[in-house]
Amino acid sequence: MNLALPTLVPALPALGAAATLAVGKKAPGLARPLAIVPVAVSAVLALVVALQLGTGQVLDVATRLTPTGGPDISLGFYLDGYSSLISVLVGLVATCVQVYSTAYLKEDPRYPSYAALVSLFTAAMFLVVYSGDLIVLLVGWEVMGICSYFLIGHHWETADARSASLKAFLVTKLGDVPFLFGIFLLGADTGSFRIPDVLAAATEGRLGHPTLIALLLLAGVAGKSAQFPLHTWLPDAMAGPTPVSALIHAATMVAAGIYLVARLLPVFLLSGAALVVLAVMAAVTMIGSALCALAQDDLKRVLAYSTVGQLGYMAGALASGDREASVFHLVSHGAFKALLFLAAGVVIHAAHTNSISAMSRIPGLRKRVPDAYWTMGIGLVALVGLPPFSGFFSKEAVLTAAEHAANGEALTNGLGPASAVPEAAGWIVLISAALTALLTAAYATRLFLLAFHSPAGAAAAAPQVLPAADRATVVVDHEADAPYSPELDEADPATAEPPAMRWPLWVLAVPTMGFGVAGLRSDWLPALLDGGSLRPSGVTAVTGTGLAVVGILAAYGAWRSATARLTTGRPAPAAVGQVPGQAGAPAAEVIVADPGRTLLGPLFGPARHGFGVDRLYHVLFVRPVVAAAQLVRFLDREVIETYVRGSGVGANLLGRAVRLAQTGNAQTYLSALLAGVVLLAVLVAV
Amino acid sequence: MHLAYPVVLAALLFSVGVYGVLARRNAVLVLMSVELMLNAVNLNLVAFDVWLRDSLHAGQALTLFTITIAAAEIGLGLAIVLLLFRARGTADIDRATALGDPAEPLAVDEAPNGAEALKGQAAA
Repeated sequence: MNLALPTLVPALPALGAAATLAVGKKAPGLARPLAIVPVAVSAVLALVVALQLGTGQVLDVATRLTPTGGPDISLGFYLDGYSSLISVLVGLVATCVQVYSTAYLKEDPRYPSYAALVSLFTAAMFLVVYSGDLIVLLVGWEVMGICSYFLIGHHWETADARSASLKAFLVTKLGDVPFLFGIFLLGADTGSFRIPDVLAAATEGRLGHPTLIALLLLAGVAGKSAQFPLHTWLPDAMAGPTPVSALIHAATMVAAGIYLVARLLPVFLLSGAALVVLAVMAAVTMIGSALCALAQDDLKRVLAYSTVGQLGYMAGALASGDREASVFHLVSHGAFKALLFLAAGVVIHAAHTNSISAMSRIPGLRKRVPDAYWTMGIGLVALVGLPPFSGFFSKEAVLTAAEHAANGEALTNGLGPASAVPEAAGWIVLISAALTALLTAAYATRLFLLAFHSPAGAAAAAPQVLPAADRATVVVDHEADAPYSPELDEADPATAEPPAMRWPLWVLAVPTMGFGVAGLRSDWLPALLDGGSLRPSGVTAVTGTGLAVVGILAAYGAWRSATARLTTGRPAPAAVGQVPGQAGAPAAEVIVADPGRTLLGPLFGPARHGFGVDRLYHVLFVRPVVAAAQLVRFLDREVIETYVRGSGVGANLLGRAVRLAQTGNAQTYLSALLAGVVLLAVLVAV
Repeated sequence: MHLAYPVVLAALLFSVGVYGVLARRNAVLVLMSVELMLNAVNLNLVAFDVWLRDSLHAGQALTLFTITIAAAEIGLGLAIVLLLFRARGTADIDRATALGDPAEPLAVDEAPNGAEALKGQAAA
């Protein structure tokens, strides 16, 4: 196989990024082609490489990059079905995002640097996917982290974006430090950083500390893939532009952690404890994020929490020992979540707000953005997991994997014995995944109904205004601390869907609808991966779909009853008409029928604030760090600087004393000289 | 003649000269004291020359050199004193302290003093 092609795949976007940065400012006309073409070409090349590689083959070439004294660092490829599949996904999503961004950030003065960073990010992701060496993989991993930092902080004029980018950077780095040590330990135990060597060592059981290595690696994975203790950065990362959310925080970067575990699954299979930890992490993440998503008001935050939850599914599949199901879900989720985010971008542009309760008051939003309406519907159905959309098949694959693991016959597909996966891990994943399927259906339904189908939106010409007495009794839905959307209000309602924004939606809608079928026959997608079965088993398919339907019906019922209560319990629009001055007043509070409030009950408040995890971290980590910083500042300003200033003052005083002797009177000098001579003479004589 | 007499005389002369250099205020008198010290040295040179019976009379020859140089030196010194007097209106050596480095608070006070001195000069 020609090695130039796989080399070009990560190299082209990197070169494109450099070129975009170099000429973007001087020749703005070149920025767009330079942003799109390299990414698109490398997407095509990734597809060509995948086709050339075919199924069941592994390309493993490496050249020694640098001797280190310990295990060498090498530059090489390790291509198999997993890297083929994910590189094609990355290429597809990145190309769609670059095309979409040309319209979305049309008026943005910082478009060239934005596009360059997206290209660089794509290159880094390709590097992670293709690299056959863990250290080189880590380089791509960290480049993605820094690109994510810059892109979240794209609207750096706002404090939200600044703090969100810092938070994302710090939280992911917090995971990356143990990750680095995990890689070192892996290298020390196996004597090589190369993935094939590591896998061979793991299969032969030559690893000295499998549990420690697996747990250290899991910390990095939790940071990158936003799993429970380190998930807090992802919802805040929505301060970045929406295409960035689609590319980085839904489809690719957050998938890198899952991909890494899938790559190194034999290592994880050596440690049952690590798998149970992964399962618990995934379970907490899934359920918690689904509850949070049900309570969020910000469209993008709902999607962000849903991303966290779906990543939990993938982690759960890995904990069940089935990396095929995990990567299957990764790819289908990558497609439909990118689709959802891009559609959300269109809707946000058209509605000029991130808040879904505000969207519900906009009349005819669904008619203004018909493509986004339909594609978002498709994406949400895939997210819920209804047949025959891709989400159904991949989610069922995860459930099936968990079911097998719970029965003690995990689908490890020859990577290790089925007994390597503790049954507890399977049970934890199975139960939490089933519960999450229900919640996912509920929040997806709530999102769709609130954003597009609210009766308040239909009859919003006269929004309902509450009398002052009522206002106190009803909890106001529109919160003061709701995240501010820094998106520029540049979309003309008449052209809310320019072609560059509309076509990527439909391109992504195709795999969203059809990709799931690829897992049905064992010689289609599974042949590319490990060769196991991805066909949903009967019991889980019925249970999963049933739970999803129950979730949808519950959300719909809650929404109907909340709407009905709102229309009957409130004064008729005629009453509002009597005080027309009040109708359009900015202080007017409009109540939206939120099914999430009905469904969650007392949990609604905590869930809206992410169950206070942020506040807890603030108390536990931010405040001590700030206090320590103040202590350091005090020591620097008051202690160390006193020494510095003291030496200056001391020299000054000494100089003043010496100065006293220099009177200018020659006779004084001579007297002193004589005294010295006499003294010396006496000393010499005696 | 015993050597002690000229040596004691020279020592006394030298001491008087040292006292004059260190204690007199007038620059002319300071110069005169310097001459006294030189002459004390001359006296020593001559006395030891005789006492040692030096066939080359190096002491006496050196004395002649000293006298010549002292004459030149006193001419130069008096010229400097004259210029000092012309510039400052005084030949007092303890008031010629312009090269001194007074302490910080003095430096602030000195500026008006200097200005006054310049004014006085201009008036003169």
